[in-house]
Amino acid sequence: MSSGPEHLLDVAGLEVRYGAIEAIRGAGLEVCKGEIVTLLGANGAGKSSFLNAVMGLVPLAAGRVALDGEDITGETPEAVVRRGMTLCPEGRRVFANLTVRENLAIGGATRRRAGDAATILADMLDRFPVLAERHDQMAGTLSGGEQQMLAIARAMMSAPRIVLLDEPSLGLAPRVVDTIFEMIVALQHHGATILLVEQNVDLALDIADRGYVLASGRVALSGPASELQASGEVERAYMGRD
Amino acid sequence: MDILIQQFVNALSLGGTYALLALGLAMVFSVLGLINFAHGDLMTLTGYTMFFAIGAGLGLPLAVVLGIACATLAAVAMERVAFRPVRDANTATMLLTSLAVSTILHMLFQNLISARPRAIPVPSWMIGAVDVGGLAIGVIQLMSITATALLLIALSIFLRRSILGIAMRAAALDFPVTRLMGINANAVVATAFGLSGLLAGVAGVLWLAQRGSVDPLMGFLPVLKAFIAVVLGGLGSLAGAVVGGFALAFIEVFLRAFLPDGWLPFRESITLTLVIVLLLVRPEGLIGRRENVR
Repeated sequence: MSSGPEHLLDVAGLEVRYGAIEAIRGAGLEVCKGEIVTLLGANGAGKSSFLNAVMGLVPLAAGRVALDGEDITGETPEAVVRRGMTLCPEGRRVFANLTVRENLAIGGATRRRAGDAATILADMLDRFPVLAERHDQMAGTLSGGEQQMLAIARAMMSAPRIVLLDEPSLGLAPRVVDTIFEMIVALQHHGATILLVEQNVDLALDIADRGYVLASGRVALSGPASELQASGEVERAYMGRD
Repeated sequence: MDILIQQFVNALSLGGTYALLALGLAMVFSVLGLINFAHGDLMTLTGYTMFFAIGAGLGLPLAVVLGIACATLAAVAMERVAFRPVRDANTATMLLTSLAVSTILHMLFQNLISARPRAIPVPSWMIGAVDVGGLAIGVIQLMSITATALLLIALSIFLRRSILGIAMRAAALDFPVTRLMGINANAVVATAFGLSGLLAGVAGVLWLAQRGSVDPLMGFLPVLKAFIAVVLGGLGSLAGAVVGGFALAFIEVFLRAFLPDGWLPFRESITLTLVIVLLLVRPEGLIGRRENVR
């Protein structure tokens, strides 16, 4: 159990239950500052449950979540966001009937000083020019890829110390996925720390520093991304043979 | 032609009151999925507050302010005491809770004050009419239309320009993700209730100006109408609630004005039949769920 301040995010012994079903049975991981860490696993392995539990969106049955050494276990999602960790949820979930501008404005709601929000907004529009073009359009009218960019930009508006990305490639055409992943890498170069949940194993391991594989609610495998990629163990873990 | 315009003004005035009530119901519904049966009792509370304030010699303007403030605070208190503990429970639990709150308030009004109507004197200058471009328009109607218009404009600015307002519209679309924006869930819900109380308070004042008295069940009928307006406009849509409120008032007023005398007793049933026909044609309401206030 390591929980030194060198870990920006430290999750240990996480358990999530939905009624009688145990979705997560004692999983943990660490993310260091500036890293991209990917959490892999087959459909239903509990990846989204893991992220939702870390954010406080679903209650924990057991476990501990620490952000930069501070215990944030059991805090509400809004409190977690204010502490500097945010989640870009699966399926993008942009506010379809709000304009792009409004989506970004609400993303920056925690930036109390208007100047802060304006600076971050300018940076995001610079990074995602298509959002500047579509500023006054309803988010629901954007294409899937544009919505994903909006969802990521919206999450970044709170200037998080770490952002959890849940399946950013979901339902997007391969070329669009490449663009999104380039943007994720660019975010890292810009100093962001990212925990990336993905089904697209190869792409995720390509850009990640380290990876964890979740199978039936437990961490079946973990290590540097390059080793995971080379070993071929990931596919075996995917099958649930842990 | 004159009678047409006259009825148009009547409908606008009544529709404004329905719209304010319907908007309050829709605001709470859009963030919590709760139809608040106790909404009408906030109107009634405004009435009693004004009754006692006038009785204490505070004068009408102060009584109006106190009445509206009381409804607003009561709505926030209602949420804190009754609805927050059951927020994560299912819809039926919340519905029953609101029914219980409403019943308790009725009983309190009846037993602590009186089951009989209490008069709220309307000043004589309000009874008259003013000349607007050759048309005699009732002062109360003019005030009611003005108040509604100002309130709707202010609210629309709040919902579009302020972070909290945008957050309320976002919460209506996706509450969990709104919390992921760092927006405090309790603040959004409390604001929705506070605004619904404010709207019910203003609607209460306008309703009282027409009736001149308050009784424990005063809020029941207008809120029933407001509920119909909400469904007619499109459940979950704020713009729909406003449109539904005006549409219902127009149907009611024009039926009352132009139905043959023999048909007048069936006015309400004809109104509701028209509403049902409209809903059969457009089950999603006049303004569907897709179109929230922008």
